[in-house]
Amino acid sequence: MARFGMVIDTTRCVGCMDCVVACKTENDVPEGFCRDWITTEVKGEFPEVQMEIRSERCNHCDNPPCVYCCPTGASHVEEFGQTVQVTPEVCIGCKACLAACPYDARFINPKGYADKCTFCLHRVKEGLEPACVSVCPTQCMHFGDLDDPNSEVSRLIKSRDNHTLLPEAGTNPRIFFLT
Amino acid sequence: MTAVSRRRFLKISTGATVGAVAVAGGSLRPAFSRPVEDGEVIRKIPTYCDVCFWKCGAIAYTRNGKLWKVEGNPADPLSRGRLCPRGTGGVGAHYDPDRLRTPLIRKNNRGEEEWVAVTWDEALTYIAEKMQAIKQQYGPESMALFSHGVGGTFLKHTVKAYGSPNIAAPSYAQCRGPREVGFNLTFGDAVYSPERTDIRNSKCLTLIGSHLGENMHNTQVQEFADAVGNGASVIVVDPRFSVAASKAKYYLPIKPGTDMALILAWMNVLVSEELYDKDYVEKYGFGFDAFKASIAGYTPEWAYPITTIAPQVIRDTAREMARYAPASLVHPGRHVTWYGDDAQRSRAIALLNALLGNWGRKGGFYTPTGMPVPGYDGYPAYPKPEREHVDNPGHAYPFADEELTTGIRNATITGEPYPIKGWMVYATNLLNALPNQEETIKAIQSLDLLVVVDVIPSEIAGWADVVLPESVYLERYDDLNAAPFREPFIALRQPVVESPDDQKPNWWIARELAKKLGLERYYPWTNIEEYLEARLAAGGYSFDGLKRDGIINGPKIPLYIEDGLEPVFYTPSGKIEFYSTQLAEHGLDPVPTFTEHPQPGPGQFRLLFGRAPMHSFGRTQTNPLLAEMMEENELWINKNVAGRYGLKSGDYTRLKNEDGVVSNRIRVKATERIRGDCVYMVHGFGHTAKGMRRAFGKGASDAELATKYVMDPVMGGTGMNVNFVTIELEGA
Amino acid sequence: MLELTTTRHNHLIDPGVHVWGWEIPIYLFVGGLVAGMMVITGYLLLTGRFRGRESVARSLPLISLIVLSAGMLALFLDLEHKLYFWRLYTTFEITSPMSWGAWILLLVYPALVAAMLIRPPSILGLWDGIVKLSGRVAADDRSVRWIGTLNVVLGVMLGIYTGILLSAMGSRPLWNSALLGPLFLTSGLSGAAAFVHMIARDRSESDLLVRADNGLLVVELVIIGLFLIGMTSASEAHIRAAGLFLGGSYTSVFWVFVVGAGIIFPLVLQLLMVRHKIRHTVVAPLLVVAGGIALRFIIVYAGQASHM
Repeated sequence: MARFGMVIDTTRCVGCMDCVVACKTENDVPEGFCRDWITTEVKGEFPEVQMEIRSERCNHCDNPPCVYCCPTGASHVEEFGQTVQVTPEVCIGCKACLAACPYDARFINPKGYADKCTFCLHRVKEGLEPACVSVCPTQCMHFGDLDDPNSEVSRLIKSRDNHTLLPEAGTNPRIFFLT
Repeated sequence: MTAVSRRRFLKISTGATVGAVAVAGGSLRPAFSRPVEDGEVIRKIPTYCDVCFWKCGAIAYTRNGKLWKVEGNPADPLSRGRLCPRGTGGVGAHYDPDRLRTPLIRKNNRGEEEWVAVTWDEALTYIAEKMQAIKQQYGPESMALFSHGVGGTFLKHTVKAYGSPNIAAPSYAQCRGPREVGFNLTFGDAVYSPERTDIRNSKCLTLIGSHLGENMHNTQVQEFADAVGNGASVIVVDPRFSVAASKAKYYLPIKPGTDMALILAWMNVLVSEELYDKDYVEKYGFGFDAFKASIAGYTPEWAYPITTIAPQVIRDTAREMARYAPASLVHPGRHVTWYGDDAQRSRAIALLNALLGNWGRKGGFYTPTGMPVPGYDGYPAYPKPEREHVDNPGHAYPFADEELTTGIRNATITGEPYPIKGWMVYATNLLNALPNQEETIKAIQSLDLLVVVDVIPSEIAGWADVVLPESVYLERYDDLNAAPFREPFIALRQPVVESPDDQKPNWWIARELAKKLGLERYYPWTNIEEYLEARLAAGGYSFDGLKRDGIINGPKIPLYIEDGLEPVFYTPSGKIEFYSTQLAEHGLDPVPTFTEHPQPGPGQFRLLFGRAPMHSFGRTQTNPLLAEMMEENELWINKNVAGRYGLKSGDYTRLKNEDGVVSNRIRVKATERIRGDCVYMVHGFGHTAKGMRRAFGKGASDAELATKYVMDPVMGGTGMNVNFVTIELEGA
Repeated sequence: MLELTTTRHNHLIDPGVHVWGWEIPIYLFVGGLVAGMMVITGYLLLTGRFRGRESVARSLPLISLIVLSAGMLALFLDLEHKLYFWRLYTTFEITSPMSWGAWILLLVYPALVAAMLIRPPSILGLWDGIVKLSGRVAADDRSVRWIGTLNVVLGVMLGIYTGILLSAMGSRPLWNSALLGPLFLTSGLSGAAAFVHMIARDRSESDLLVRADNGLLVVELVIIGLFLIGMTSASEAHIRAAGLFLGGSYTSVFWVFVVGAGIIFPLVLQLLMVRHKIRHTVVAPLLVVAGGIALRFIIVYAGQASHM
């Protein structure tokens, strides 16, 4: 059974937000909200500065606190790719998952349910990449099966320096940032 | 585990939940199945983008006849199937609630933005009458057209048919003009757009103020990422720690206004350490000895106090460039109108590249080829204007090879060399594109007619007598794009959806206007499809095929000297001119020299401006999708300096320039990413046009503060990075 | 120096997480108060004190039902997808404190109704059937013991749940403490003791409640101390979270309203009451109740501001 994840090469990313726009049009994300976003981390003092630019989104954690805290099972681990998904018609909008997510990756859709990145499973099922990955002009994003040792994502994680976000949160996030 | 329990629940309780689900009004569907629902009709229509002027091939999707999304066309060599955020957000141009909807005629004084909505017939009749009056009283040359982008093709045609040669675009004298002239003077050829830079294959890429990644010209950024991914050594020269700087091996935080000194010093190192490509220079160069003598004094030690870049860093970076030559590219930049000696600085960059031996070489500048598409056969000849171009009397700017916008503006104000009484402005917001808004407004006030054709009610539209609402690119045909590139291609723009209101495509507007002007014979075709079909048929291409695919790809072509392609230099000497006799003949420096530019005084900052990846100039701030990505611009100011003013990120402040112009309020970004002697903002914000409701009053406009500009003596470009500002504190 | 910028601007999430407004602290407070009242009710039932003529056991279950329903209303108001409320009761999610809470609340109602039957409030005396049923249940010691035990057990579960609801969230270090459950339980019991003290008419019950409350307030102080010590000796994120109360933005409200006016001052007053130095007034209990509300508000708000 596949376990989907992403590898994002921060050395290529320019933070253009194409991923954000593509996600919004692909998924009809309502105005004022986003399922993915750009974080810029600047260290040092001018001119000795380092900067990391990251395209961030739900980490589809192996150990997802949003799923654990959901009182209705609306937030769940989908069998397909073991991704974290929300079923709008089961969600009561209690916002426990919003509070539980250390990445602040969720929001309440104006229709009332918890909303977030789906890894574009509707595209993946058709053999396409998630919208953000497929649109990226710098090709900094890779999507695939982390359980397959021969997948591009697995190979990149093995061969390049990388980090995840807030590993100390114990969520085992599945988005890896190459540095 | 939770998933299991949920699935079990679904299995067990299906019967029980049916009624309840019906109440909720739908079946249980996980969120990820939402975008395409059962029974929806999805159509894909290829076209090419117009959110910037790169013209990427795109595929637009409609869902039940409504525009859904736009993706890159994989067959298109410019986008390689990946659009930039603006292209992806092009959907918002169609849905923009602030769009112009109907033709408008001015009600009260110019600039008050009070309108009467009229029919197309009324609007075009009004324009035609005014244009005929101008022709009778002043001659047809007294009508000028400012146009930016492929959409202006047919308006240019109508204006030429009418008899005026005065057609200009700010993309020349306010943008890339000096670069083209500097390269032309050196190599006998320009860089063009899309740039002929072989970034993809560069092993060392030097960017001087070019902020690739923030400047989002698609192919350039894609290739930049490829170069970075391939481990290219990147050298970035910028007073601001740009995105590109964060990818660089060497970041040179240069003092603004001193780039020429650095380039001269680099050349000095390459020559004095004999690191330059001697064979190449010997084979293709002209006047190298004079050049060598001329730059002998520009040592890194000389440049150090000017640029603040340490001599060792200058040497190291020059050696780094040489190490990878000829696959070592010093990017010529694009918006290069900075200090008024820009053509000479661009020439210096051209010469630096020549020393690296990269013109015509892999990893340097390739030789682009366009697909041969004949022009439309069947137009009558244009009337020959009795008077020459108005913009450059006496050829004061001897190497200007396109019309100067500010030259037309001057003539409009002064009436010399002859009066300009009518402006037609297509898709360019002159108020924010030209420096010194006061002069632009003064010129407008002496016009008999100002027509603006645009998709949004921009500032210049606010000053118009007649505003004509154009269909956005997703709703219209335009002329073909067969721009020379590394792979020849033809791209088609075709309508994807209907215009929502009474907007019309520019070809229709230009044609109807021509009819009103009695110039029908210049439009032998009735519909642009006939025009496109005729052009394509003449070249042996299929219109239907192009409509289906969006792109016709040409054969692979040799790009480099390595491919056996001998370079041809269209200079007087037929060689790369290290020494330019042309310049010398006009009393200009035959080899670039250093000119010291004024620096800001105490409490002053040089105002720098640039681009953001999700916006094109001031044209996208009302596009709801793109506006959301960046709602307003920020004032970048060094963190320590900001602290001295008691400013922190998120505070609002205003800027005041030396002429007393105070900006709109702008949010502070106190950052370690910029020098302390300059401030920076993204261009295109601080809109004052009432109709641009989404963008009105958000952020500040650099254009408003650019009251000073320095004319480039070589070609008439306007150096605009010469404005100094002070910080006006204000309570949030 | 770290310069962190994000382009995200989601409502309730940015610039700082604020998913829960007044509804959740009120709900948590009410939950704690009802939990405490259930424990008191259970105690009165188990000790036979409910038989006293003026025993507060007569009104507590009804008050609990009303107050709890108000709390449930607040919880309902907080839901963003209200029409789907019933989804809580189509599943039991073992890892979700909120699911536990939903089911506990479902059990709390019958327990309170049963308790109410033993000493029905006077308005229920209008129905003959109820009076008869009530007499039969009250006379059966086993039933009373069962109902009393049920109220104590469910009360403790409810009280702990209100804390665990938050402490289960690893993402918010301020909440992520094993002491939050005991703290909320103690605070709930103390608030309930104070509240019942205010409405009790039986003098012996009042004295008992004040004494109990004093003990609870002391325990609460100890737990708060341990909570902060634990927090400051954990991860960097926890230290930052504790900082919210130790010099950070919530410092003054926490120490003034929760610790000072909500615990120490009423504790002093109540100690004097117990020694009959001053008369029983509503001042001290009111302060305790207000302190309980303040605790919930501050923990809920500050917790959202704390971040990994």
